[in-house]
Amino acid sequence: MAALRQIAFYGKGGIGKSTTSQNTLAALVEMGQKILIVGCDPKADSTRLILNAKAQDTVLHLAAEKGSVEDLELEDVLKLGYKGIKCVESGGPEPGVGCAGRGVITSINFLEENGAYEDVDYVSYDVLGDVVCGGFAMPIRENKAQEIYIVMSGEMMALYAANNISKGILKYANTGGVRLGGLICNERQTDRELDLAEALAKRINTKLIHFVPRDNIVQHAELRKQTVIQYAPDSKQADEYRQLATKIHENGGKGTIPTPITMEELEDMLLAFGIMKTDEQMIAELAAKEAARQAAVPA
Amino acid sequence: MSESYENDGQAHEQYITEVLAQYPEKFAKRRKKHLAVAKAVEAAPEAPVGEEGPLLTECDVKSNIKSIPGVMTIRGCAYAGSKGVVWGPVKDMVHISHGPVGCGQYSWSQRRNYYVGTTGVDAFGTMQITSDFQEKDIVFGGDKKLDKVIDEIEQMFPLNGGISVQSECPIGLIGDDIEAVSRRKGKEIGKTIVPVRCEGFRGVSQSLGHHIANDAIRDWVLDKSAEADWEAGPYDVNIVGDYNIGGDAWASRRLLEEMGLRICGNWSGDATLAEMERAPKAKLNLIHCYRSMNYICRHMEEKYGIPWMEYNFFGPSQIAASLRKIAKHFGPEIEAKAEEVIAKYKPLVDGILEKYGPRLKGKKVMLYVGGLRPRHVMTAYEDLGMEIAGTGYEFAHNDDYQRTGHYAKPGTLIYDDVTGYELEKFVEKIRPDLVGSGIKEKYPVQKMGIPFRQMHSWDYSGPYHGYDGFAIFARDMDLAINNPVWDLFDAPWTDGGELLAAAE
Repeated sequence: MAALRQIAFYGKGGIGKSTTSQNTLAALVEMGQKILIVGCDPKADSTRLILNAKAQDTVLHLAAEKGSVEDLELEDVLKLGYKGIKCVESGGPEPGVGCAGRGVITSINFLEENGAYEDVDYVSYDVLGDVVCGGFAMPIRENKAQEIYIVMSGEMMALYAANNISKGILKYANTGGVRLGGLICNERQTDRELDLAEALAKRINTKLIHFVPRDNIVQHAELRKQTVIQYAPDSKQADEYRQLATKIHENGGKGTIPTPITMEELEDMLLAFGIMKTDEQMIAELAAKEAARQAAVPA
Repeated sequence: MSESYENDGQAHEQYITEVLAQYPEKFAKRRKKHLAVAKAVEAAPEAPVGEEGPLLTECDVKSNIKSIPGVMTIRGCAYAGSKGVVWGPVKDMVHISHGPVGCGQYSWSQRRNYYVGTTGVDAFGTMQITSDFQEKDIVFGGDKKLDKVIDEIEQMFPLNGGISVQSECPIGLIGDDIEAVSRRKGKEIGKTIVPVRCEGFRGVSQSLGHHIANDAIRDWVLDKSAEADWEAGPYDVNIVGDYNIGGDAWASRRLLEEMGLRICGNWSGDATLAEMERAPKAKLNLIHCYRSMNYICRHMEEKYGIPWMEYNFFGPSQIAASLRKIAKHFGPEIEAKAEEVIAKYKPLVDGILEKYGPRLKGKKVMLYVGGLRPRHVMTAYEDLGMEIAGTGYEFAHNDDYQRTGHYAKPGTLIYDDVTGYELEKFVEKIRPDLVGSGIKEKYPVQKMGIPFRQMHSWDYSGPYHGYDGFAIFARDMDLAINNPVWDLFDAPWTDGGELLAAAE
């Protein structure tokens, strides 16, 4: 049996991390891989498309009900989904209370101690939008995930987030063994999206693993709580995810140490691509608009 | 009564240099600012003598700065300042150590804040009540648990006068809304519930905890003063900053009552919540521990127009001066009574001085304590003919060192937030006849063959305040210094003495 591969998906909130990761993992299971998904988002929606059901019982909620995490059994929280994919949701508090970061640490420790990682080829972590605190960095430190895949798009905030996440990876790359596996661009149909994604990948010393085109079939599948692989296995989009899965599978051990860029460098890049405008440009545009409005007013 | 003496300032300067020489350069530069030798000030003859008496020396050092990791510091945390010092002694309230169990466990039983009451029925000072946070409380937040703890307290201790919530570190980290819970539950049970944001990581020492605790009194207690059931009288005073260690507040209270004043409230030793609530009805605030409670005195001055006055009840010189100063505020009638009180206790004082003076005269003392004692107890020692060679504070601010100048004689070694190494070396070099500090310093000092008294807890003795207290103070110092055990400190075989001969 090949060594256990541990990967994680990070990216700006709402970018489609969970959708992308579940579709990719569904494609990986078709390739005969045994998979465990660890959802590290208090919303507990990282395994919905695999289980074809809304949020399962989470580690933290069950632990709270029973008293403590020591009172839990692995079977209580481990659910089987599409083609035998094992699914666990860490769960966490309601927004605005408690410490979700500590929750992630608690659940991952529980899973490890109770042998959830035995007899699988892949462990995949799906982590909440931004690395807001140490808890959400858990999968990238202490030799957990070896490769991080950043889901992004051509939108400015997604690029910022990608650069920020690579800072987090850099921090732990030297102390642990974590590497940046690559960028996955989820098409948003912004200007020069592919070019921009490739340029950013180059600047931060990684590669664009795959450019996933936009297709409404993803939404159709999602409404049915399914991945595209399950809902429309013969669709073009399903093939895109299969390609992505193959690339990730072949990317084992090929991760790099990222070279995140400064905020100024990032902004210069966005300016060069015409995504962002300089203050002068914006003032000029505003002035032009104002002039046009003035002109429109009948004298 | 106190003798005039001077310390060997030059030697003390030399000790500071020697100690700093052992540190890395950067650290030595930082610590240098916290160590000094009291310099004599030439008081201009026409300079007005302040309430505290003339200024003798300048003792300014840098203070209230973060301790350096890696040194042994004696300081506590904000939780210690609030739960341990200011709130803990309020006897009829249940103080919840809110968070994981350790902070409450290790502060169980409080300091030696004596109180009258039945523990577990109408007084709770020595009990440990904690919300005992578990992992799930951290992850999901502890507000629900706090809610439940308050219900349980109401059920188990229905005679409690109120509840305070003393925050431990995690409360501030996970952002629990203890204010909302306190407000809601307070309404529900019809009692005062005071949330205190004294998370241990805040500030550089327990000092910020005192301030936070004072602010909590301001925001959650004093606003109820209008409803307080207390008929104000012309001679009402509050004793502020007396924590009744070994009964100190009782010894102080007796003197004030004898001179015709009425104690409206004592903060916070042997205090009830009701005493604190009615405090704004008093005519004068008398503050003993300036460091821990000056904040609330300033607030009461601003908001209720109550003047405040510092006083010192350690040793007969300071007691008499303080009684006169306080009496002056209330006019000739009280002043006459104050003189009567001073005269009444004169035979007692003379007796103490006669008995212990000869046994203690000329003995050198080094102090290292907390809030007010590094300066306040100096004169009590001097009344017995003893000399203060060095003194320092754990968590003082600038104004404390300025006030020290009214007490310290020229040449006195001054050390702020002294490190374990520094204090040990200073004691070794000065070799005083007595060191007065805390439990952590006690045994190393005694192993050096130097007598020691705990000056935080009075070493299981007390009170030391007032005339009664002075008798006990003098006895205790004599017991420590003139204990025959110190003559046996050297092993009998080291000097070829009689025992060795006898053994052969």
